Amino acid sequence: MHADPVGVLTGAHFMDGDHAACEGAIAAGARFAAGYPITPSTEVVERFSNRAPRIGATFIQMEDELAASIAILGAVWGGVKAFTVTSGPGFSLMMEHIGYAVMTETPCVFIDVQRGGPSTGLPTLPAQADMMQVKWGSHGDYEIIALCPNSPQECFDLTIQAFNLSEKYRVPVFVMMDEVVGHMTEKVVIPSADKIEVEPRHFTTKDKSSFQLYAPVGEEQTPEMTKVGEGYNVHVTGLTHDERGYPNMTPAVQERMVKRLVTKIRDNAEKICIVEQNQVEGADVVVVSYGITSRVAQRAVEMARAEGLKVGTLRLITAWPFPEHIFRALAPKVKGMVVAELNLGQMVREVSRCAEGKCRVAAVGHAGGTVHNPQDILKAIQEVAR
Amino acid sequence: MSTTTTPDCKVHPGNPVESFLRTDRMPHIWCPGCGIGTTVNCFTRALIDSKQDLNKLAIVSGIGCTGRVAGYVNLDSFHTTHGRAIPFATGLKLASPETTVVVYSGDGDLFAIGGNHLIHAARRNMDIKVICVNNLTYAMTGGQTAPTTPEDVITATAPYGTYDPAFNLPYLVEAAGAVYVARWTTFHVKQLARSMQEMFAKKGFGFIEVVSPCPTLYQRRNKMGDALDTMKFYKEVSKTKHGAPTSEVGLTKSGEIVVGKFVDRERPDFTTHMHEHLQHSLGDKYIPAEGPVCG
Amino acid sequence: MARGAVSIVVERCKACGFCVEFCPTKVLALSDAFNSKGYHPPHAVTPDKCSGCDLCGMYCPDFAIHGYRLDKAAKAAETEASDAR
Ligand code: SF4
Ligand code: SF4
Ligand code: SF4
Repeated sequence: MHADPVGVLTGAHFMDGDHAACEGAIAAGARFAAGYPITPSTEVVERFSNRAPRIGATFIQMEDELAASIAILGAVWGGVKAFTVTSGPGFSLMMEHIGYAVMTETPCVFIDVQRGGPSTGLPTLPAQADMMQVKWGSHGDYEIIALCPNSPQECFDLTIQAFNLSEKYRVPVFVMMDEVVGHMTEKVVIPSADKIEVEPRHFTTKDKSSFQLYAPVGEEQTPEMTKVGEGYNVHVTGLTHDERGYPNMTPAVQERMVKRLVTKIRDNAEKICIVEQNQVEGADVVVVSYGITSRVAQRAVEMARAEGLKVGTLRLITAWPFPEHIFRALAPKVKGMVVAELNLGQMVREVSRCAEGKCRVAAVGHAGGTVHNPQDILKAIQEVAR
Repeated sequence: MSTTTTPDCKVHPGNPVESFLRTDRMPHIWCPGCGIGTTVNCFTRALIDSKQDLNKLAIVSGIGCTGRVAGYVNLDSFHTTHGRAIPFATGLKLASPETTVVVYSGDGDLFAIGGNHLIHAARRNMDIKVICVNNLTYAMTGGQTAPTTPEDVITATAPYGTYDPAFNLPYLVEAAGAVYVARWTTFHVKQLARSMQEMFAKKGFGFIEVVSPCPTLYQRRNKMGDALDTMKFYKEVSKTKHGAPTSEVGLTKSGEIVVGKFVDRERPDFTTHMHEHLQHSLGDKYIPAEGPVCG
Repeated sequence: MARGAVSIVVERCKACGFCVEFCPTKVLALSDAFNSKGYHPPHAVTPDKCSGCDLCGMYCPDFAIHGYRLDKAAKAAETEASDAR
């Protein structure tokens, strides 16, 4: 299915990542957003509040992030595509509803424009330190999908992807931006609506007696959806539930249900994961990065190559599910990997886990507030290449 | 013989509540004499009498004993997170404006952890109907002090009696902006059903408090007898005072319970107001959201 | 001649006594019999006095009892009400 032309601002624009993400959401079909102001993400909903009444959409500013993050879930069950946007402290407050969205298999998108933490931290300055929180921050076992744009163009493109994946797998999907990508202004090309692929919601066509809200379908292992007012009389609960959605708090149902919530993503990880690789073939060292850090790392890689080092790059566009298969295959072929990220060691744990000791893994951490000095990454490359 | 006992039969077809129940989930988990089931009877009668299109009705609960109502009624029903039934309902209502959205939850859920959401939804005059079963305690977790527990009541977390002042719910909700506010007890089944019907018919944020026994944890711990004693107590101490100033209807442990309809006023609801405002500001450029649009 | 009757699903009853206490014409009493959970469900001791007002049904927290009118017109109305579902 293609995008609804009503929401698509086809053409070349000069806009920042926050605005581009908003346009991506609209192009993907989002017609509801709830938000609570928080720097540096607020521009996304500011733009949405401006656009909404002109495209048949609704924006509501809620009383806090707890409210915003569940209002969107209510809206989804009301039959629309919905998203919310936040940063740091707000993201922490939203954790409960990430779990609820996972448990109730409610397709939705969260945009997190990462800033320095912990706590109030650095409201106006960048970090990439919510990368583990997005995966593990809500209690219990679960899998989600998280994407990391490194430019305003990708903020647009990947937000559409996020909506599409959320509908495909009935799972919350996260656009993990950072303050720099959110506030950097670049050219953003918005294609015409008929060039934008949009995943529709998979509403069931089954009759009322046979439809089960949580009966998995297809290799996505994902059930079909419905919305209120169709007469399906669905029951949606955050309690452990059976295929009908009825609470059933037994170890057997827990095993069946939670396992499926996890395997529907893990089993499809190779299809979901996107990475960008450059000169990895024959490289001694591969520099792994994502988001804004990938652009800084590029500078370090060029410097290293100028010194004659054989360096490849691997950019995580999908951070979660973690592209394990790629790292497992790559590790035995290289001397080492250098993982640069604006935190003190998060995704590098995944890289090390998948490298299984078959190559060196060096972390180039940074507490945030600004981007890396490329020299620091270069030093790590030289060290690992030695 | 005018008594039909149906020992094996799971349902009795004539009972209006029956068609509203997920009978495959009966019996419910509520204790003997718990008032929540009684409120469900009133709810179903109100739905029948108000001729609601039940396909256009959704019920949203939070967490707690009352939070389980959503799981037992055969309607589109959402059992959400603790305290967040109202913001969920807000999103649902905005996305599906033709749906009547009822929030059915307990006092702890709505007024402690969910208190912020409640006052803001009332402020916005969001068109949702809140039924608050007030058993004066946190029942699901074992009878701890709630923000509704009256003075000098023994709870699991106030073994020497409560001294933490309680909310007067109708007063709070009126001040926050609700257009319909009433209180009944589970003794007042007819009045409660009528009041619910009235609230469903009124656009805007409606609120009904139902004072309800929790014999297992509240009454027993306070030597106030069993559920039936509590119902008799409600009958004895309740005074119907329609239009009573809500500032004067606070509950005490054993004093008078003022019941009745306290507030019934006019104010544009959120969506109506939003449409009017945006129409005025944007003119022809305004494209109102028209409910579910999800390719 | 009774104007109404009650139907009782004894297995659902938890013997709270609400129906017995609040029946306006005192039709009901808790019986000596036990249901399988050990509760004494109500039975009609003066069935002739039952008006079918269903107050018992409105009080019953366990959806275990229901009063209905015996005259035809009311019956039809009742079926209609449940069909409206
Ligand atoms: S604990 Fe209290 S409120 Fe909960 S079901 Fe039992 S009686 Fe009802
Ligand atoms: S009201 Fe219901 S549960 Fe209580 S005694 Fe009567 S039939 Fe039994
Ligand atoms: S229907 Fe009315 S009169 Fe008959 S038993 Fe029930 S409450 Fe009593």
